[in-house]
Amino acid sequence: MPNSSDARDAIFSSIRTALQVPANADTAAVAAEYAALPRLYKREGTMNSEALLDLFTHRLVEYDAGVCRISAENISREIARILGERGRKRIAIPDGLPPEWLPAGFDFQNASRFNEHQLDQLEGVLTGCTVACAETGSIVLQNAAAQGPRSLTLVPDFHLCVVFAAQVVETVPECFARLDATAALPTTFFSGPSATADIEMTRIKGVHGPRFLDVLLVL
Amino acid sequence: MKEQAHSPWSNRSFPEAAKDLLADSQIRRNVRHATNIIQAKRNRVVGELPDWEQLRVSGAAIRAHALAHLDHYLAQFEDNCTRAGGHVHWARDAAEANRIILELIQRHSAKEVIKIKTMTSEEIGLNRNLEANGIHPHETDLAELIIQLGHDKPSHFVVPALHKNRQQVREIFQREMHLPDLGEQPEDLASAARTYLREKYLRIKVAVSGANFLVAENGAVCIVESEGNGRMCLTLPDVLISLVGIEKVVPRYRDLEVFLQTLPRSATGERMNPYNSIWTGVHAGDGPKEFHVVLLDNGRSPILADGEARQTLQCIRCGACLNACPVYHQTGGHAYESVYPGPIGAILTPQLHQMKDARSLPYASSLCGACYEVCPVKINIPEVLIHLRGKVVQQDQKTLAGKLGLWNIGMQAAAFLFEDSTRLSLAQHLGQIGQKVVVSKNGFIEHLPLMLSGWTQTRDLRPLPAQSFRDWWAQREKAKPGAASSSSPQPSNATEKPHAE
Ligand code: SF4
Repeated sequence: MPNSSDARDAIFSSIRTALQVPANADTAAVAAEYAALPRLYKREGTMNSEALLDLFTHRLVEYDAGVCRISAENISREIARILGERGRKRIAIPDGLPPEWLPAGFDFQNASRFNEHQLDQLEGVLTGCTVACAETGSIVLQNAAAQGPRSLTLVPDFHLCVVFAAQVVETVPECFARLDATAALPTTFFSGPSATADIEMTRIKGVHGPRFLDVLLVL
Repeated sequence: MKEQAHSPWSNRSFPEAAKDLLADSQIRRNVRHATNIIQAKRNRVVGELPDWEQLRVSGAAIRAHALAHLDHYLAQFEDNCTRAGGHVHWARDAAEANRIILELIQRHSAKEVIKIKTMTSEEIGLNRNLEANGIHPHETDLAELIIQLGHDKPSHFVVPALHKNRQQVREIFQREMHLPDLGEQPEDLASAARTYLREKYLRIKVAVSGANFLVAENGAVCIVESEGNGRMCLTLPDVLISLVGIEKVVPRYRDLEVFLQTLPRSATGERMNPYNSIWTGVHAGDGPKEFHVVLLDNGRSPILADGEARQTLQCIRCGACLNACPVYHQTGGHAYESVYPGPIGAILTPQLHQMKDARSLPYASSLCGACYEVCPVKINIPEVLIHLRGKVVQQDQKTLAGKLGLWNIGMQAAAFLFEDSTRLSLAQHLGQIGQKVVVSKNGFIEHLPLMLSGWTQTRDLRPLPAQSFRDWWAQREKAKPGAASSSSPQPSNATEKPHAE
């Protein structure tokens, strides 16, 4: 192994020479400069909750995801309906998913500790989420209760995601404000099913991630 | 060990390489088609954000601030990444980065690795180096796979294979994946790639990636992608090695709220790309057990010293300046003979080479300013281009060959003439007589002789008028207070050839 600390010293000294700064920065001054950076972009949303959910739904549909608005008492029934329509039985679920969501008649397997080969054998995955952003139609997952490790929502070809209205914010900055406290957790933003535009700029759904996405929006 | 610090594709200059590419009408059609589509989408989704300008201002300010305190933020990133269970390595140049990565892969006795698209690995020639050492890298991004299987080079850094159309992609896949019956619909091609790569994701245990952003405050790494190949590589293998330029650090997690708005909209014209992954170090039961970040300098730190050119390092590699550039539209990416093409490549590449190579690139622009207008971090590319042209000239004037070069002599002579009105007027009169032999029947100068012929290759020149503006003015002043002459000749100027495309 090359001596990394030589390289490190050389790079730091080259940077400091170029910037003409001393080795120990005045951290308070740097922090003050950072705090004074201009931030006049839109941070707080302005929509009422009806408009907000409409926008979120609209974005998801544009991405070719299925969206259903349901009420909390119907979660389990709606899950059964969608899985039935999709013809999927063997479904991965993460730790911490509320058991009352699970309808009878399906093979739900707690797959939080499954390896990728085991996950590859399943027909879909059911999760909740941490937060969702209406303006961009994005849903954010973290390694937390009802969401599980990243591979869980990646390997199976179908993802059914339950999003509560209170989890939907309008802007990307609002989204980050909600994530700040748990920023260290592995985090995935997904906006529609996996897609590529690498061939002649045609958007093609489903390359490596789940090709099918359904969202249950709980009011 | 002294190895080549960079791996430029060749030593051809931009005009030489561009000439070949301009003759390839298929590439030009493909490039034009793709860039027109991305640009239209980009304009639509940028136009719907009333605060776009404020996002640009903030993005530029955050990046400039991070660069001004790069040592501070890199040290902070290193601390926090290490605390989260990651390993940080430092590479002064391409050779050092290649050695570190090779050693890490060999430590795990891996013979194959999976890769997510990274320009930085292209910059250090990683694939060639791995292959020379018996390790096979599999590109997993659809476009990179097309490039790799087609033994080609990327021509755009967001859509590297935009110079290939579907028929060309089908031919490559038929041949390399042994699928004689493959259809040519984009869906067929994508699903062939899905099957081809899935087996590799499930089997190969070491992955190599780049990164879009590093977050100093918590050691997080952020990767923005579309297909899910990135998530596969970041999540399934046991070992992940991320090669990242030292300039990619931002101070705080919440700074991503700016770039995750501006990057997708600028890069692919989407409000958000399908997937963003953000993680810190290693996390038990989720993702790789071992995580390495290799921080690469390779000519970046000296750029910080140049106050005017430092902004080059603010780049977030969205590719919008390529799509907006009229020169790129005509030539495509390969003419730049560089890993980083287009307007940003024209300023970044020569600086990474300490202005010793790629010196024709600062001239590969018409300075129209379209690149600056679209840049989400407000890099004033035309300003830097002119600044770098100045540097090239200064460098040349330091050498004997440069001093005696036609360009320098011409410029010095022009300076001498323009300095003094008698000299200028004498030269104009001599020119009016001398030009008679080069003016064509149509009244234009179509071919200048010898070393001046380059100028008229693509332009016609108006001849010097019979009377110069200065002579006309002097005459007019003399004739006062009578009526001014009405037949005023226009000052001479260059006219684009109407038939040149
Ligand atoms: S210079 Fe600006 S527009 Fe060009 S790739 Fe970089 S960030 Fe994008």
